[in-house]
Amino acid sequence: MTAHDYLSIVHGALATVSMSLVSILFGVPIGLGLALIRWSRLPFLDQAAAVYVSIIRTCPSVTLALLIYFALPEVGISLDPVPAGILTLTLSTSAFDTEIWRSALINFPRDQYDAALSFGMRRGLRFRHVVLPQIVHGSLPALVNEMTLLVKASPAVAVLGIVEITRAAIRVGARTYDPLPPFIFALVLYSLIVFAFVKTQRVIERRVAQAGASQ
Amino acid sequence: MSEFAVVWQHRSMILVGFENTLIIVAISAAGALVLGALLTIPLMSRLKPIRSLATAYVDAMRCVPFLLFVYLLYFGLPSLGLRFDNWSAGVAALILYNTAYMGELLRASWSNLPKEMIEAGHAFGFSGWRLFRRIILPPVVFSALPLIGNQLIQIVKDSAFLTIIAVAELTHEATSLQTTYFVPFASFIAAVILYWVTCVTIEGAVGFANRFAEDRR
Repeated sequence: MTAHDYLSIVHGALATVSMSLVSILFGVPIGLGLALIRWSRLPFLDQAAAVYVSIIRTCPSVTLALLIYFALPEVGISLDPVPAGILTLTLSTSAFDTEIWRSALINFPRDQYDAALSFGMRRGLRFRHVVLPQIVHGSLPALVNEMTLLVKASPAVAVLGIVEITRAAIRVGARTYDPLPPFIFALVLYSLIVFAFVKTQRVIERRVAQAGASQ
Repeated sequence: MSEFAVVWQHRSMILVGFENTLIIVAISAAGALVLGALLTIPLMSRLKPIRSLATAYVDAMRCVPFLLFVYLLYFGLPSLGLRFDNWSAGVAALILYNTAYMGELLRASWSNLPKEMIEAGHAFGFSGWRLFRRIILPPVVFSALPLIGNQLIQIVKDSAFLTIIAVAELTHEATSLQTTYFVPFASFIAAVILYWVTCVTIEGAVGFANRFAEDRR
């Protein structure tokens, strides 16, 4: 393996990380929106969100990626591999995020909500100042866990020809006829990325705890 | 709609893939459950070297994406002189990977087991393997049932990755159907629905087993 080979796998890591981050950026708020739809029991939309979550959660990412990339052009939406990959990861992670947010909302103490109501807080204000800060704090570990699962599901987009870590490692292995070293290097990179997410979560948790203590 | 007619006409292809997926999932799930249950013994061992070795295995598996692990087994091991065909490599990857996850969730359930139960087992003369098999394992498995269900669904989803090493499972067959007759929408939707049916069935079965476990308690 030459320095160039290592570099190409690191380049793949940039693709993995950036695609995962974009999907998280879209997926977490979409999940919150869907969870709120389910929480407020909006007729019809509630059931639609439940079916969406159930199907996407059980759909393998590879299959979803192939469906989006090959089937959407039939309805006139033609996506390049990278947007199709990001859409796949976003849809998949948003379904899991919905369940995380929803369980936080279900476990939210009702009396606090009623207290805010009795102070005459409006709906939006109540949500932003009373509900949201607490469910964010409570859901953070589960959300980060889902983010690491997303990073581990991200090689699925390699079937669309996107060169992320796994595919970059395959290429190097196919060229040098010695696949073990690039795979080991890829493994190290994945571990580093997962570790970075977990570490960030710890830092955020400590900050939140300090902010809570100083108040 | 004519697309769906084409898929219906060639449904045998999809059904063969579905059958293969079910076989792969059944073998891997059984293997991962049994090996995962056995893995809890070293994970809960009082000897530190044994425990750290088992923990290292679990942690390593939790860091590797499944696809990379499949490649590692299928393309990486031949350079060490171990060669598998794609089917055995795929099933072995599913079993080894999910054994770590099953082992970890069963270990968590074991460490929540009340001490009195094990002490009572000791008092009745159970020890070693019989203690594990008769006293520890049943409540551990029953209380971990919902998590085992989630992991079974994960096995179903992971099995789709095996399309990349050309195992003729559901996604692979849907892909070949779509490339032959150019029916991408209908063939992948058919695959997604079959995956969904499989997972909903697993959820239902786990729910049923859970009720049985509640009755037994």
